[in-house]
Formats: sequence, C-alpha cells, structure tokens
Amino acid sequence: MKASENLISVQNLIKTYITGTTEVHALNDVSLTIDKGEFLAIMGASGSGKSTFMNILGCLDNPTTGTYLMEGIDVLGRNRDELAELRNQKLGFVFQSFNILPRTSALENVELPLLYNSKIAVKDYGDRAMNALKSVGLGDRVNAMPNELSGGQQQRVAIARALVNDPVIIMADEPTGNLDSRTSYEIMQIFQALNDKGITVVMVTHEPDIAQFAKTNVVFKDGKIIFNDTVKDRKIATEELKKIALLTDEKSTT
Amino acid sequence: MRILNLFKVAFRSLLRNKLRSFLTMLGIIIGVASVIAMLAIGEGSNQNIKASVASLGTNSIMVYPGNNAMGGVSQGAASNKTIRVEDVEAIRDNCDLVNFISPVDQKRAQVIYGSQNWNTSILGVTNDYLAIRSLTLAKGSTFTTADDRAVAKVCLVGVTVVLNLFGDENFNPIGEIIRINSIPVKIIGVLSKMGQNTFGQDQDDIILAPFSTVQKRMMSSSMYVNSILASGKSEGQVVDAVDEITNLLRDKHKIAPSDDNDFTVRTQSEISNIFGTISKVMTILLASIASISLLVGGIGIMNIMLVSVTERTREIGIRMAIGAKGKDILTQFMIESIVISFMGGLIGIALGILVAELVATFGGWPVVITVFSVVVSFLFSTIIGLFFGWYPAQKAASLNPIDALRYE
Repeated sequence: MKASENLISVQNLIKTYITGTTEVHALNDVSLTIDKGEFLAIMGASGSGKSTFMNILGCLDNPTTGTYLMEGIDVLGRNRDELAELRNQKLGFVFQSFNILPRTSALENVELPLLYNSKIAVKDYGDRAMNALKSVGLGDRVNAMPNELSGGQQQRVAIARALVNDPVIIMADEPTGNLDSRTSYEIMQIFQALNDKGITVVMVTHEPDIAQFAKTNVVFKDGKIIFNDTVKDRKIATEELKKIALLTDEKSTT
Repeated sequence: MRILNLFKVAFRSLLRNKLRSFLTMLGIIIGVASVIAMLAIGEGSNQNIKASVASLGTNSIMVYPGNNAMGGVSQGAASNKTIRVEDVEAIRDNCDLVNFISPVDQKRAQVIYGSQNWNTSILGVTNDYLAIRSLTLAKGSTFTTADDRAVAKVCLVGVTVVLNLFGDENFNPIGEIIRINSIPVKIIGVLSKMGQNTFGQDQDDIILAPFSTVQKRMMSSSMYVNSILASGKSEGQVVDAVDEITNLLRDKHKIAPSDDNDFTVRTQSEISNIFGTISKVMTILLASIASISLLVGGIGIMNIMLVSVTERTREIGIRMAIGAKGKDILTQFMIESIVISFMGGLIGIALGILVAELVATFGGWPVVITVFSVVVSFLFSTIIGLFFGWYPAQKAASLNPIDALRYE
C-alpha cells in the first residue's frame, strides 16, 4: 500500500503559549505531509510539542500561525462546530486512558459517535457498532460494562468507537501507555490490520519498540521535527505475538 | 443529534445516579405539591366562605342606621338611631324592585323553661325574614301577619335553644311556653338546623318572634328599628333596588342633596366580595410561600447540575472529541434538568392532590383543586428546570475539549 496521495499537509505550524510574560513555543515551524495509507509514529520527550501537534492534527486546537489541509480542504479558521463535525466524520480518536464512558455498555460506547453524525440513520446504529466491535475481536462482549473488561479490551472498545464512523484517519495518543507489552502488541496488531485495509494511522508513543510497528517515525524536540524517516526492520505484530507465545510455551515446559 | 437519542442519553445518566436524581427531583416535587395543596386549600375556603355568605341570601339588602358624630367624635357604624318603623312600611309600599322586607330588632335575653335557662339572641322580624334568609321550619308553623298585628306572644326557636332548654335536640317543643325576660311566649315552630357559619357562629342559637312582640314587649324604644333586611326581586335588580331604597330614605329623612346619608345600605354581594378578597389574599399568600419552595427546588437543580457538569467534565471532553458540538452538550444537560423538573412536576401534582385530599378527609377542610393551579405549577416547575438548567448546561457546552479530556 504505497499511495502517494496527500491526505494531510501541514505547513509552518507555530503554536505559542503565553504564560505570564514569557512566550513558550510549543511548536516552532513544523511542516509535515501524511500520505493516505500511512502509519505514522510520533515520538519525543514530554514537552517536545508532540501532544500540541496531535491536538492540532486532531482538530481539537488551532495553531497560532500556519496552514493545515486535510484532503485538500483548509481546516484552519473553522469554528468550533465545524471542527466538531470534522472530528466526527473524518477522525477517530484513541487515548492512552481509553476514555470510554463508565457504566455504559461496550455497544453503547461504540454507538456514541453515531449520535452526533446526522448522516447515519438511527436504525443502523446497532449494526454499525456491532461490526466495529467484531472488527476488533469483541463481538462476544457487546453488552459488557467497562469494569467487566480488561485494559486491552477497553482499548479495543475505544478503537471500535474510533472506527464506527468510517474515519479516514485514526489518531492514537499513546494507545499502549497503560497496557502491558503483550496487550500492546495485540493493539498494534489491530492497528496494522486496519492500516492494511487503507486506514491512515497517526500514533504518538514514547516507546521505541511500539514505534517499530509503524511505517514512518517522526521525532519531535523543542517544538521541531528533528527526525522523519521510514522504519527499517518494521515489526509485524502477528509475528511478535507468535514469538511471545513460543517464549511462554518454553517457560511452561521448562 | 436526534431528540429521541438526547432523551435516551439524559435518562441513562439520570438513572446512573438514581438517588441523586431523586433527591434533586424531591425539591421540585415538594414545591409543586405544596403550591397545588395550598391553592386547593385556599380555593376551598374561598368557595366555602362564598357559599356561606350566599346562604344569607344572594339578593338580600341590609339597611343600617348611619354613623353618628357628636362634636366631631364619630360614634362608629350604626351608632345612631335613624331608621323608623314607618321607613320599613314606606319601602314595602313604594319600592317596586324590593321583593321581601322585614325590620330586624335584635337583642340578647335570658330564656327560661322549667329549671333550665339559656342566654340567646332574640330577633324581632316579620314573616318575610324567613323567605329572605331561606330559612325553613323543621316542626310547627311560622307566625302570621295577624300574630304581628296582635303582638302575639309566639316564637320560633333554633335547635341549639331546644337542646339547652329541653335537654334534647329532637324534643318536640311545639306548644311549650318559655319565658323570655319574664314574658311567657309559646313556641309554635322549630327552625331547620343550619349549623355553624364560616365564622364559627352557631346559626341555630336563635329565637325568632314577631317584630311587634319584640319591639313592644322587649325593646325600650318603639319608634326605631335596629336594621332592615330586604331582598331584591332578582340578583340583577339588587343594585337598582338599592338606589330605590336610598332615594326613598333620603327623601323621607329630608336629607339635602349636599349632605351624606344618615343610613347605610349594603348588599349581600358586597359582603361576599369583601370576604372573597380576603380569602384571595390568603390564597396568594399561601401560594407564594409555597412557590418559594419551588424556587429553592430549582436552585437545587442548578446545584446538582453544576456538580454533575464538573464530575462529568471528562465525559464532556470525550463527547466533544468524537464530534459533539457545543449545542449537543447544551441540549443534553438541558434535557436532564428538564426531565428532572418535568418528572418532579408530575409526581408533585400527584402528591399535591393527595395532600389536599388528606386535608379534606382528615382535617375536614374544604379543598378545591383547580385545573389552573395544576397547569400553572407544572409550567412553573418546567420553566424553573429550563432556567436553572441553562447556566450549568452553558458551562458544559463552553468547555474546551482538550482541557476537558485532561481533567482528572
């Protein structure tokens, strides 16, 4: 899947926060293009500007100056409601802390973005949410409450929720930050499968081994991109999981 | 976001905090219930007063002597004796719009039968008095014009008098002789029981005797009359009848056009209106106190909704991140507060009616639940939900999704 179609193009993004009298440049002249079908991992220490960048990319925040084109459409200068609509129909969010609603079943959590999408008929809610849950392997836990699900399962509910509106891009902010390595690989397996189906994935992570599952790595430092290159020796989650399975088998036999 | 979904979301989040939702609702429930109960009790007493005033006769007209002022010192109402017996006759003969008319002389006297004695009101009236007051006889017959002319020593008694003189309400005292101020008088009839009036006065503690008998045998003066009770031919003609009486009396009393009347004419409807106004003021007072509790309930809603917005900041952030617009969040929280006040209003109406019925059953107080009070208190509670729900909902809607998501 090597489409060179420009999905996202940001140019000369600058984001300045003013705290008291000092100016903080969270982003200092960042330019990046993301192709359709890309799997991008953004890395960097905390305070490097990667979260600010994600927020702008996720249409949650506006830069101080710069341009942002998504599918050739200018995203900046839109009001809150228009941004909300973009997030609803073009983007899917996955967070570090899952952020699924407590005391609400998996299915209802996945249905949530549909409630805000006027293009989808109410009668289709159930089917769409069901399909999204099946695609992350939770077809049998549809009515489970979040407290009945493991961390990995909760994150999969969150991914299903991100998928339910057929987004063009999935924004994942440290999706494996709260998970053990095996579960992390399972999540990466889902991401790679989705990516293979043509969904663009942008993921922030501070774990280098997780970044190895992406196609491209970008490193932020002090509000600037200091590294942007294709991943060599890209890891495939399915195989990594097999290795783990072998290791545990060996342990249990010895 | 479709409205049905919004209701679903609102109900779900209210059910998630059942106790809290109920306690918030309780404020509105108590508010609405007390407004309805208070209005029902107020309206009940209002109608009760009106009915009992009306029982004095809807067409009746009362003529009292005017006030007397001696050297600038007013002696108060009816302090002067200005109405004469002949005035009564003049009205009877000349006023076409007056149907019945009776002079009324009233005094308290000691009444004796055998070893029993009782202090009661003696009313000297003519036969017309019974017609005007709609009084009926339980036993015996009434006195006649002939009795009046003959200054006959006969009387009609109320049941309270019968009870106290003869020891039993149901005793038949017809033909018995009682002594009023040492004058032997024969009982010829017993009045039907009327009970208490609105002011707690026992209407059965009364003796009626022919006017001439009371005036000539028991009163010190034979020229003047305490008051006159008359009735108009119909309710609509009462006002004209009052004019007729007023003009006639002014003429007879030779009052110059520039001078005030030396008598007062009142109608039943005026008195009824006065009491109606008093009771309306009481109702408004009760209802306004009750509506304060409704207001407090509304503030309770605002308080809980504010807590709820803070508590659910993260949820709001999530909803916004996945595409909820400000107005979606606003509507969600507004619907929650409207649902609370709406359901509170419904339960409050039921409770209010129940309380009113309990007051009626166990308190013996008349209650009238009007559709108006139900509609008004229900609308008021819903409006309170809207009003006090607005600020927290607005606060939720204006949250920044990034900050809301980060909120712990």
